[in-house]
Amino acid sequence: MNPASHLWVIPALPLLAAALGALTPRGGRRLAAGAAIAAMAGALIASCFALHAALAAPAAHLTCNFEWFRLGGGAVRLGWLLDPLNGLMCVMVSLVSLLIFIFSLGYMDEDENFTRFFCFLALFAAAMLGVVVSNSLLLLFVSWELVGLSSYLLIGFWFHKPSAAAAAKKAFIVTRIGDLGFFIGLVWLYDSTGSLLLYDGGRGILEAHALAGLAAPALAGGLAASTAIGLLIFCGAAGKSGQFPLHVWLPDAMEGPTPVSALIHAATMVAAGVFLMARVFPLMAADQALASAPLHALTVVAGIGAVTALMGAAIAVAQDDLKKVLAFSTVSQLGYMMLAVGVGSWVAAIFHLLTHAFFKALLFLGAGSVIHATHHEQDIRRLGGLGGRMRVTFATFAVGMMALAGVPFVFSGFWSKESILHAAMEWEVSRLPLWAGLAGVVLTAYYMTRLTFEVFAGRPRSHAAEQARESPAVITVPLLVLAAGAILLGFLGTPAWPWLQSQLTGAAVPSGPLIESPVLTAVSVILVALGLGAGWYLYGRRPRSDAGAADPVAAAFPAVFAFLAARMKLDELYALTVGRLSSALSWLADFLDRRVWDGAIRLLARLGELAGLMNGEADRDGLNAGFDAVSEGFRRAGRAYSRAQSGDAQGYLRALAVGFVVLVVLVLMGCSR
Amino acid sequence: MRLLPWTVYLTLAGALLSLAAGRRSAAAARWAALATAVAAWGVALLAGTRFIPASSLQTLTDLAWIPAMGVRYHLAVDGISLTLLVLTGLAATAGVLFSWNIEESTGEFFALFLTLVAGVYGVFLSADAILFFVFYEVAIVPKYFLIAKWGSTNREYGAMKLALYSFAGSAMVLAGLLWVYAAGSAHSFGFADLAQAAATLPRHHQIAVFALVFFGFATLAGMFPLHTWAPTGHVAAPTAASMLLAGVVMKLGAYGCLRIALPLSPVGFAYWQTPIAWLALVGIVYAGLVALMQEDLKFVIGYSSVSHMGFVLLGIAAATAQSVGGAVLQMFSHGIIAGLLFAVVGRMVYDRTHTRMLADLRAMPLYRLLPFAATVFVVAGMASMGLPGFSGFPAELSILVGTWKAFPAWAAVGALGVLVAAAFTLRAIQQGFFGSWPTGSAAAEGGARAHSLPPITLPEKAGALLLVAATVVVGLRPDLLLNWINPALQSPLLQAVIRGGTP
Repeated sequence: MNPASHLWVIPALPLLAAALGALTPRGGRRLAAGAAIAAMAGALIASCFALHAALAAPAAHLTCNFEWFRLGGGAVRLGWLLDPLNGLMCVMVSLVSLLIFIFSLGYMDEDENFTRFFCFLALFAAAMLGVVVSNSLLLLFVSWELVGLSSYLLIGFWFHKPSAAAAAKKAFIVTRIGDLGFFIGLVWLYDSTGSLLLYDGGRGILEAHALAGLAAPALAGGLAASTAIGLLIFCGAAGKSGQFPLHVWLPDAMEGPTPVSALIHAATMVAAGVFLMARVFPLMAADQALASAPLHALTVVAGIGAVTALMGAAIAVAQDDLKKVLAFSTVSQLGYMMLAVGVGSWVAAIFHLLTHAFFKALLFLGAGSVIHATHHEQDIRRLGGLGGRMRVTFATFAVGMMALAGVPFVFSGFWSKESILHAAMEWEVSRLPLWAGLAGVVLTAYYMTRLTFEVFAGRPRSHAAEQARESPAVITVPLLVLAAGAILLGFLGTPAWPWLQSQLTGAAVPSGPLIESPVLTAVSVILVALGLGAGWYLYGRRPRSDAGAADPVAAAFPAVFAFLAARMKLDELYALTVGRLSSALSWLADFLDRRVWDGAIRLLARLGELAGLMNGEADRDGLNAGFDAVSEGFRRAGRAYSRAQSGDAQGYLRALAVGFVVLVVLVLMGCSR
Repeated sequence: MRLLPWTVYLTLAGALLSLAAGRRSAAAARWAALATAVAAWGVALLAGTRFIPASSLQTLTDLAWIPAMGVRYHLAVDGISLTLLVLTGLAATAGVLFSWNIEESTGEFFALFLTLVAGVYGVFLSADAILFFVFYEVAIVPKYFLIAKWGSTNREYGAMKLALYSFAGSAMVLAGLLWVYAAGSAHSFGFADLAQAAATLPRHHQIAVFALVFFGFATLAGMFPLHTWAPTGHVAAPTAASMLLAGVVMKLGAYGCLRIALPLSPVGFAYWQTPIAWLALVGIVYAGLVALMQEDLKFVIGYSSVSHMGFVLLGIAAATAQSVGGAVLQMFSHGIIAGLLFAVVGRMVYDRTHTRMLADLRAMPLYRLLPFAATVFVVAGMASMGLPGFSGFPAELSILVGTWKAFPAWAAVGALGVLVAAAFTLRAIQQGFFGSWPTGSAAAEGGARAHSLPPITLPEKAGALLLVAATVVVGLRPDLLLNWINPALQSPLLQAVIRGGTP
């Protein structure tokens, strides 16, 4: 029996729950939430079985394909795929989703649209799991779009806030710009290979035969088709995964409820781009054999990833909103993952994706716990002193913070980040990604220390912070589970016991020493220590006393801080360029339609009118009388089109009928002759 | 199968019945119209279940009509026309449901409405160019009266503009057809005969003839820059007429391009192919941009129709089996989606709030006042921007895949249209349906109670669910229609212009 043929169950369960939630009236809170949570639990169990089956034969790509519709001479086929990469992603997505669903029970308790919230969450989970289990780039794209849709619905969940509605729209449009490239890539790929199935018994696009065809230097300048297609697909991945220059939607997406930020905009959806890159890695890397090509797809990926990693970390340094710091840290971490893919180690990218999912979900839920306890206070200047009041939240947040900062040996983030840096060091093309990565390490440790001290240390700096109480168990238990994951997960992929690497590649990876490159590790550990120390020195030694006090860095370097706080002014730049351009084009098109096309028609009509005037002096009185009688709209139309005296349509109908008869008669005469 | 001509006869009889019933009561006219529309749609669906796809037109009726000219009363069907017949039945049924509130001269309204529908059925069934043309004219005339009498905003202007454009277009078509007939000494107005006759003309004559016929039809399909009748006409029309206008009448033009113009002169088509494709592409993006600027919600939808019809024309222009199949699918898909959008805006919103201006709607939380309308509009909007799960996705996918085969650059530009569609659709959704009371206004304090609108009626719900179901079913199972359409593309006439796609 082929386990892949049952894989559809995993996304189908939450999809059912979403449908149920959509049909449940507003009062059916228990039903909608219960269905969603039960479905996620079911999906988690099914995912565990799937993973078990996949691990039994890690090198085999188990597939189950079927035809969707026939297109011209060919057919569009879809399918499911099961291998360790999918299996691990399924387990991660369904586990994190389950925990966040449970957390939402507490967090969204007072929201009047609780039912709708769970419906959308379940829809999201279904779409995300659909992305993961697809064996067809088309089915992946379909799910991918549904992920975007549910993200839109959830960011705009509190649409009565204009900022939330605007953020939702921005997220949808910006990611769709990337998806446009993805879509064109799909079309191109389908045209070149006649299939969009990833694995299809030798005929799939990720298998040797198709790749060999795509990697030939077929384009201008000796580029391979696979380079262009790979980069187009990367556009989609860059949009979803918040890569520079399409990252601008992700910080705004924090307008959504915090569980949404945790689930979608930190742990799962934004990682979908990285997953996609890992999934189609053979295609992305197909041009590597082509030494003469002027550009390799992966080089671009590495460059974009490095820029994103550094830029995100730098901007995070100067944010004052609790969720915005975490959002830019997500941008930065996604950059690390792309960097890993780009330098050729998709395995390291997936390792970091998995660990990041846990510790970033943990951090966001910790932030959610704080926000819940302080009645939606998100400004870190107005928080403070929460360490003693919210002990579980503080402890788990600290675990997440240390995992993200890469505190050595104990925390999972250390191991996955080390593997990325190690891969970057071994990259032969350039050292720049490594430098960017190392610079990001010190910044990451620094801004997370700043955040933690500002929120949890010192004295409460607002009434809300003074009144804060620890959140209920429904919120803290998911935190504890995630914290355990944020520590333990790292041990699945240490160089000494590279279980994860062996499973993902399907080939045994020999175990090496615990530290692969002692110099690199030493440097990065020192950098982490530097970051932590600087954070402590600036923010921990003497915690901020009141909300109005200036940030020490802002006081020392006001221009730099303001530039970073304004997100490097990229939003403004886009508004001035792309925004202006599209508005101008729209205005021009509208103007053309109203004035030019209509004007041309009117001009023709005027000429006709002139002829009519010369023709029908005698009828002038009738003409004038007619004009006075009709309405304003009629008058405009009449003037525009009047050639006959009255300007009414019946006249034209009659004229046309006469003309028709005359033509028929002429033709008949022609025939009879 | 043999029953299909009855779609025309039943609908015409229904038109007379509604007129008579309207003399007694409005309700009688409504029910007569609904029964007629459902019956004719039922005939089309029944024929669909018994349809055996084949490459050639399957003759249903063939009688001599004007023997002197070889004009025949020849009705025939293939997968393409069957698809559009089913669409017509669906749009007509939904149109009647959304016209349930017409109180003014109800009998006349439905009589004209059904006459228009009968003309459309007739066009899709015609296998003789003159018969085609006659039905085409039958469909145009009632439109004028529907808009001029039951329309809204600027209705005389809109009706006139629409009628004149339509007649100008059809005059071009007729001139082209007669030219071919006379100069090429054809024996009849059968499509194959005309194509043979056209082939005997000198090349530059063929080019001119093709231009006359194609651009004549393309006017009605809303091709840029001959599109300006469409938005004003849609806006002025009463809801059901907008639905039919955007839903099926624009398809008449595209169908004419595909069925008559393309096979008529492959030589002419080869000459005009690139200009047509670029006009279609400009139309897609241009109309999308114009839609982004509109303040009247109906204008947004009107321009979105022009943009979507651009995809149909692009698919036809690219002339590959995939793109043309996709174009037919897009005709069906757009027929449903545009109908749904017009129904929400024209019937559910405008008839209750008496405004369609975004400035007014921003100051009114329609999602609270009319949750059903808001939900349907969001769903229709998703479908309109080509999200997977709805019929627009497989249609646009097929068109772009097929277009890429012919000319990759065209497909890339066309894909840009999908992005613009997302922008103007989201704008319409957010501004039109998710507004809020101005803070501090009396309405905000009085709450929804002071501003409660009449609830959505059962016919509206039924019509909306019908259309939503159709777009979802085709979105998930496009093969239902493509299995009809694909074999029809193998006909010798179309194979002379369409490349690829041998099964």
